[in-house]
Amino acid sequence: MKIKYLVPALILLSIISLFVGVQDLSIWNIHNFTEEQWETLLISRLPRLLAIIIVGVSLSVAGLIMQQLTQNKFVSPTTAGTLDWARLGILVAIIVFAGASTMERLFVAFLFALGGTFLFMRILERIRYKNVIFVPLVGLMLGSVVNAVTTFFAYQYDLIQSLNSWMQGSFSLVLRGNFEILYIGIPLVIIAFIFANRFTVAGMGRDFSQSLGLNYKQIMNIGLLIVAVITAAVVVTIGSIPFLGLIIPNIVSIMRGDNLRNSLPHTALFGAIFLLICDILGRVLIYPYEIPIGLMVGVIGSALFLFLLLRRKSYAT
Amino acid sequence: MQRKTKWIFTILIILSISLIATFLFIGLTPTGWDYALPRRGRSVAAIIIVGSAIAFSTLIFQTITNNRILTPSIIGLDSLYMLIQTALVFFFGTLGLVFFSPEANFLMSIVFMVLFALLLYALLFRGEQQNIYFLLLVGIVFGTLFGSLSTFMQVLIDPNEFQSIQNRMFASFSNINVDLLWLSIIILLLTLLYVFPYLKYLDTLALGRDHAVNLGIPYDKVIRRFLVVIAIMVSVSTALVGPIMFLGLLVVNVAREMLPTFRHSTLAIGSILVSIVALVGGTLLVERVFAFSAPLSVFINFIGGAYFIYLLLRGTKN
Amino acid sequence: MALNMLERQKSELETGDIALEVKNVSKSFDGKKVVKDVSVGVRKGSITSFIGPNGAGKSTLISMMSRLMGHDSGEVLIEGKPIKSYKSDELAKKVSILKQANNINIRLTVRELVSFGRFPHSRNRLSKADWGFVENAIDYMELRDMQDKYLDQLSGGQKQRAFIAMVLAQDTDYIILDEPLNNLDMKHSVSIMKTLRKLCDDLGKTILIVVHDINFASCYSDDIIAMKDGELAAQGHCHEIINPTTLKKIYDMDIGIEEVNCNKICVYFT
Repeated sequence: MKIKYLVPALILLSIISLFVGVQDLSIWNIHNFTEEQWETLLISRLPRLLAIIIVGVSLSVAGLIMQQLTQNKFVSPTTAGTLDWARLGILVAIIVFAGASTMERLFVAFLFALGGTFLFMRILERIRYKNVIFVPLVGLMLGSVVNAVTTFFAYQYDLIQSLNSWMQGSFSLVLRGNFEILYIGIPLVIIAFIFANRFTVAGMGRDFSQSLGLNYKQIMNIGLLIVAVITAAVVVTIGSIPFLGLIIPNIVSIMRGDNLRNSLPHTALFGAIFLLICDILGRVLIYPYEIPIGLMVGVIGSALFLFLLLRRKSYAT
Repeated sequence: MQRKTKWIFTILIILSISLIATFLFIGLTPTGWDYALPRRGRSVAAIIIVGSAIAFSTLIFQTITNNRILTPSIIGLDSLYMLIQTALVFFFGTLGLVFFSPEANFLMSIVFMVLFALLLYALLFRGEQQNIYFLLLVGIVFGTLFGSLSTFMQVLIDPNEFQSIQNRMFASFSNINVDLLWLSIIILLLTLLYVFPYLKYLDTLALGRDHAVNLGIPYDKVIRRFLVVIAIMVSVSTALVGPIMFLGLLVVNVAREMLPTFRHSTLAIGSILVSIVALVGGTLLVERVFAFSAPLSVFINFIGGAYFIYLLLRGTKN
Repeated sequence: MALNMLERQKSELETGDIALEVKNVSKSFDGKKVVKDVSVGVRKGSITSFIGPNGAGKSTLISMMSRLMGHDSGEVLIEGKPIKSYKSDELAKKVSILKQANNINIRLTVRELVSFGRFPHSRNRLSKADWGFVENAIDYMELRDMQDKYLDQLSGGQKQRAFIAMVLAQDTDYIILDEPLNNLDMKHSVSIMKTLRKLCDDLGKTILIVVHDINFASCYSDDIIAMKDGELAAQGHCHEIINPTTLKKIYDMDIGIEEVNCNKICVYFT
């Protein structure tokens, strides 16, 4: 897995993504597109492509950061409950501030995601038995608790079915003007690049990082902040995409090893490529209908994750 | 048995009997006698059966996983149940509920859930050094997968039809079908018979694998049988009343806090009693105080979940 | 405990015969061979120490000899019969094992823990005779004054002694201990080794231990089995192994031997 293969692959897939869809846009026809066709391209297809790339990059990077900070390959926004907290946050925003704007939703979701992730890290500190498998188990159970709370409120307001439909990750509603919040991921990914080495050191523990002269708490907080913001932004605009932050870093790490500086660009690129493939497949498989990305990644992601788990013995222990 | 244990048992028994009596007779008019009483009686029977099955299966599950903060509900059986119910409505519409009698639906759900659990076990017990946490994680991943599929279908379903799925999403002890009740009792009794000779191993199993093997327990065989029993018990409970994820976790841990012993005979009785008190008390609260504003399982999950976080933060002696 | 010796049917083996044997046993984890084609024998009524550098495969070997782990190939024989042909509860009355890490999740008192040692004999209902074994084991390990304390109230060394007491209460002919001296201070290390010696000499127990301190092996054991990189490096009587040439082969370092009070002491600190 080399950058020189990943970049062309990404470009190729991006082009395919632009020209696949219900409305017929053919790349060979681009010189005599009608105005309507140009509009489709610029208002719908291009924003969709951008959204996919940003989500793919930022979620994978967020997953990688969490794995470094916890020193556990099976921790990610999905398996630490971050996703569930963000979802609860959106629901609270909608119930408390009637007609909440996207910005407000994002903010509340972010607060919940951040709080939830801090709670998870707190719990991790308290658990004596830091088994590779046990840690994500705790996170997932924590996530179910949060979900029970979400369900409680959703039931009260008769929102269960509509909540499901918002939460199911989907790019089909991405249009120019309603996805730009995702851009927030770009500076965060850059910060992640700058801090990459420090995350690795912080992951080795408080004592270890302090003896290397690193402000452990600060690094930890920056990392969790990045993760929470990215997760919240994605959940608010796209919905939940399970396992993406988990499998991408794992696949890259199998192929490239664990030095964060080394694997970060690959993780980012591969995340975008993987999500693009899932999205294109989702659009093509039951054409002219569309399988939502949440389901596509859910199916492919869980299959891949199971595969990783089953071959874990030779790798993550 | 210690004095304290006797006291606690006495209190729990009195509490459950008085709660059950209240539940049966509260606001009962002479005209409702014929109709309401048998109906409430069925609810009580379902509560006792489900409460016991869940408490017991969670207790043995915690023993064989050597962990107090786990519950068998997390291996994905709940999600599978919801997937089956959703798929029925998705493919057959509300008609599906006509095609499939409650008995057929009930048995089919149980068979699927138990088969899934067995498949999971088979997948993971191929090798020699099995890790039960590993099993759980794989179960949860399957659960997420089932969840994704259910959500996909649920979003596409007509809102009216969704209502019938939503009713199944929450455990309910009202409107219990008598035939299903008997079926459940028979299945659970057979299961109990199947596991009975192994119960004596439970106290020793709690010492962990190495000690258990050293003390002459045919470990792998015993664990497998317990896992099968857990799968059956959880499946029957879920198919009878619906999923209540955190009930077992809540009641077993409350029982452990109250009873200072490692003996499973005591712990099992304690957990079952706590479970009955929680369910009957919870149903009364939901019906009389909250006027059905939310299903019982939501409350139980809420309280159980909060308790779970408390256990985690306290840094359990796991 | 002497009482039980009379009750138990006499094993046909005489002291000194090979009683526990592994033949060409191998074991790998994830494709990595940890024990490679090892054959060793342990004599009845002796103390055999397993020594060798870290990662030599000692723990894996004794885990296989005690059925905590299965073996990939070869044979493990107990009194001539393959270990797999024994029923679990039968074997638990014959062979006991204590591993190094003993974390128990339930809250038990020392006495309760020790009483678990009787499980193979009487399940959960202990008879008067069973309690006798429990009392004896508690006294043997000098745990009397802390018998009602909970394990999580004890120090590492006290806990270790409680676990050894449980194994003693199990009253098996063969006792396998994986680094029993871990966590123990000098006083208790010596006292445990003396206890083991006594069990062996007075009651005819066969004891297998993994020890890190080579001088304990030298002073207290009859036989030594040395492992290195998953292979058998040397086996024989204690005095055959404790000499500079053999030790150099095992540990890759020069080790001098001094005679102190008729014991061979290995000097390797400088």
